[in-house]
Amino acid sequence: MTFFIILVIILAIITVAQMARVYELSSELRNKKEEEISARDNKINATLMMVFLIAFFSFITYYIVEYWDKWLPPSASEHGNATDWLLNFNFIIILIVFVITHIFLFSFAFKYQRRKGQEAAYFTHSNKLELIWTVIPAIVLTVIIILGIKTWKGIMMTTAPEDSIVIELYSKQFDWTARYAGKDNALGHTNYHLISGANFLGLDSADSKGNDDIIVKGEFHIPVNKPVKFVMRSQDVIHSAYMPHFRAQINTVPGMTTMFHFTPIITTEEMRKNPRVVKEYAEINAARRSQGKEEAIFNYLLLCNKICGTSHYNMQMDIIVDSEADYQTWLSSQAVFQKEKMAEKPMPEILKIAEKK
Amino acid sequence: MSAHHSHSTDHSHEDHHHHEETFISKWVFSHDHKMISKQFLVTGMVMAVIGMMMSVLFRLQLGYPGESFKILNFFLGDKWAPGGVLNPDMYLALVTIHGTIMVFFLLTAGLSGTFANLLIPLQIGARDMASGFLNMLSYWFFFGSSVVMVLSLFVESGPAAAGWTVYPPLSALPQAMQGSGMGMTLWLVSMSLFIVSALLGGLNYIVTVINLRTKGMTMMRLPLTVWALFFTAVLGVLSFPVLFAAALLLIFDRGFGTAFYLSDIFIGGQALPQTGGSPLLFQHLFWFLGHPEVYIIILPALGLTSEIISVNSRKPIFGYRAMVLSIMAIAFLSFIVWGHHMFITGMNPFIGSVFVFTTLLIAIPSAVKAFNYITTLWKGNIRYTPGILFAMGMVSTFITGGVTGIILADSALDINIHDTYFVVAHFHIVMGLSAVLAMFGGVYHWFPKLYGRMMNNKLGYIHFWITFVCAYGVFFPQHFLGLAGVPRRYYTNSEFPMFDSFIELNQWSTIFAVVGAVAQGIFLFNFFYSMYRGQKAPQNPWKANTLEWTTPVEHIHGNWPGKIPVVHRWPYDYSKPGKPDDFVLQTTPLEEGEGDEGKH
Ligand code: HEM
Ligand SMILES: [Cu+2]
Ligand SMILES: [Cu+2]
Repeated sequence: MTFFIILVIILAIITVAQMARVYELSSELRNKKEEEISARDNKINATLMMVFLIAFFSFITYYIVEYWDKWLPPSASEHGNATDWLLNFNFIIILIVFVITHIFLFSFAFKYQRRKGQEAAYFTHSNKLELIWTVIPAIVLTVIIILGIKTWKGIMMTTAPEDSIVIELYSKQFDWTARYAGKDNALGHTNYHLISGANFLGLDSADSKGNDDIIVKGEFHIPVNKPVKFVMRSQDVIHSAYMPHFRAQINTVPGMTTMFHFTPIITTEEMRKNPRVVKEYAEINAARRSQGKEEAIFNYLLLCNKICGTSHYNMQMDIIVDSEADYQTWLSSQAVFQKEKMAEKPMPEILKIAEKK
Repeated sequence: MSAHHSHSTDHSHEDHHHHEETFISKWVFSHDHKMISKQFLVTGMVMAVIGMMMSVLFRLQLGYPGESFKILNFFLGDKWAPGGVLNPDMYLALVTIHGTIMVFFLLTAGLSGTFANLLIPLQIGARDMASGFLNMLSYWFFFGSSVVMVLSLFVESGPAAAGWTVYPPLSALPQAMQGSGMGMTLWLVSMSLFIVSALLGGLNYIVTVINLRTKGMTMMRLPLTVWALFFTAVLGVLSFPVLFAAALLLIFDRGFGTAFYLSDIFIGGQALPQTGGSPLLFQHLFWFLGHPEVYIIILPALGLTSEIISVNSRKPIFGYRAMVLSIMAIAFLSFIVWGHHMFITGMNPFIGSVFVFTTLLIAIPSAVKAFNYITTLWKGNIRYTPGILFAMGMVSTFITGGVTGIILADSALDINIHDTYFVVAHFHIVMGLSAVLAMFGGVYHWFPKLYGRMMNNKLGYIHFWITFVCAYGVFFPQHFLGLAGVPRRYYTNSEFPMFDSFIELNQWSTIFAVVGAVAQGIFLFNFFYSMYRGQKAPQNPWKANTLEWTTPVEHIHGNWPGKIPVVHRWPYDYSKPGKPDDFVLQTTPLEEGEGDEGKH
């Protein structure tokens, strides 16, 4: 450790001495004035601008090619296809804008470097040019806004179909719980005062709608091609229910319920066979094997995506999209939440009185 | 607007000369705007170094999760980095304080404080700020706030850790995380002092620009730096009080059992009594400041960039009026877009669509500004000072980060990328990099005015190229993380095999961050060495038009030894045909029949 510190100090001293040398050499010794930029410095920097442009574009191209198939696989939800289409559409537009402006910026930087006898143009404004580059962005943005709001409306401002499966996603530091509404497709009433070790969602025994509710942890299942309506609650702080494969996310907020609904269209089995997924997981597992780690298998995931404390980085639940038959089999193997558990902690007296009034 | 307040008589000048200057009144509690500017700059730089070191520490964890680093243990000790591995709570604390320092201490106080103080009086032809005393207070509140923020790093339970946006209930309940104890209290105290500082400074800047312009300095003859700093101050004065309200209510919720933000919470084995509050209320209040805040950061950066690009390409800034109008449009719109940070919080989706509309509108004036910078370079005669390199870099990052704003503003798309690394890439590039690059450019450009000496160009060039390359190297790839669904504020991604494909990408990001951070040593060296050993600056080293270059190199109270100069023309007469030089000072009278762009 001490050796390490001494090494750092010595290196630092050498660096500072070197910089002082560059400093003195480049200015005072050669008796050069800093405010007069030499022809050589102009040329070097202007050339570097051009080099940067090319390097930057290559860097971006490399990343796009390299990571093209590591973005999320095709959307597993119906609305997600519209989202993806819109994303691609917007990306094409911004990529065009980005490339054109950068070419202009850096090539002007190169081309108009100071040269002997060169004079700058006195060009103060041009109403025509400025009108053009106000109106064109305005038109493009109008298209983006219209398409964007249309897509948003389709996802968020519609009510879930009547026959949707109702599932409550409940967040707490640091895990998720899913509650199925059961045969009556209605969730039982809850109250946070009733929360206890056994009754960890705070179900209220007084509400019979809760009698057939099913509570699961670790993973939850949904059937393919049937709309699901998620009702979200949180026990302690804000979390966010993020289901990237379904292009779905909504915060879970203590004191209020939030909702999201979508229709899954690809089962977990099918997605595992998707060539992109197969390829990606083959690579991932090759690396994991070489590090002696357990092999991984593709799963849809529910992640927490709002900072919520120490283990925010590991607050997850698997989502399994089944065929209708598999889903029914799975569901019937799940036990109904026991009514006795609901009564573990009674409602505080004071609240009972308040409720009667 | 009419401007000819002939306040520019000599009385304020004489006022100053009656005082005996003591060490304290000159160096510590100075009322002189130039000294205060230097105080803001150096304090901002100290905070920036702290913020930057933090980012290196947590980038090590992100690039090499779970690996042991001596340096982590060296800085954080056995408690927060046992065996050289960062503790998850400390990870969140570092991220939080890093964000707070960079956004507020470096890029709000450091940037505006330095350049508004230096440039507003000098460029409008005033002897000092409207109130030197309030100006002094503004600095000392900032100083106090910095001290409290730094002290909060040393409390037993660690500093605030709920993210720089400090959303309750997480930030309100000490049971929710360690950082929400004493650390959070100090964070709130520090930010309250900070807000007082911002308000005192902002009011002063506004009054000064409105009242103390010299004769002939009409509004349309103001340099764009002053326009930008002026609207920055307006934004600050209108939005910081709202943050103050938010912070105050949070203090009540934390300490006095109120329920502004809390409702139906069960935590630490206990059902809290509070009901009826709304966590969303805090977010509305926070972002009502928060979005204008990002423009409080970027407008001064754009202002500096305008000036530096025009001076060094020896060309008038293209479309001066359009630039002023865009600043106004951006300032206005920035107050009605805050909801784009809340699309998926459970806010009414209809209101979300209104915010989509207003947010995308703001892209229009932003685009106009970018196009105008590029056109300013066109047919220029570019002199490559370190200043213009940084300014050009800023134009690039402003565009790169700006275009991804369009994606985020599209609420339907934000559903899937909100709070992912895509957002991290966006705001670092558009705000962090742009403003930092502009601030560097400003320091190189105005160093002769600040310290009467020149900085070394060679070191400036090296500093620029390493910084610029590393900046993009760190943040550009993070777009790809976001598109793959990697959330931000994660201590490690290794709990999710699906993110394994990005291990290498994260390592590169860390490597660029470390190299970039080390390279800032070049700047620090250049800065402090030049302060004492730099070449003596001539009066107008860059051959610029604006008034600050008509003052003597040695700082004097009242700025101009004799009468205040009178202004006759707009600030951008570079390479005007028929003139002997390629610049014309604003104090040069118009010739017979000569037109002035500033007068329409
Ligand atoms: C074309 C202009 C811009 C648009 C359309 C835009 C849009 C957005 C949107 C929609 C978000 C929220 C994303 C999310 O949280 O999911 C966002 C985040 C952010 N933007 Fe921008 N932006 C623009 C320019 C700027 C500028 C100029 C700055 C800074 C100077 C900036 C700084 C930020 C910051 C700091 C955040 C992240 C805040 C956080 O959640 O921590 N943006 N932007
Ligand atoms: Cu969480
Ligand atoms: Cu915003």
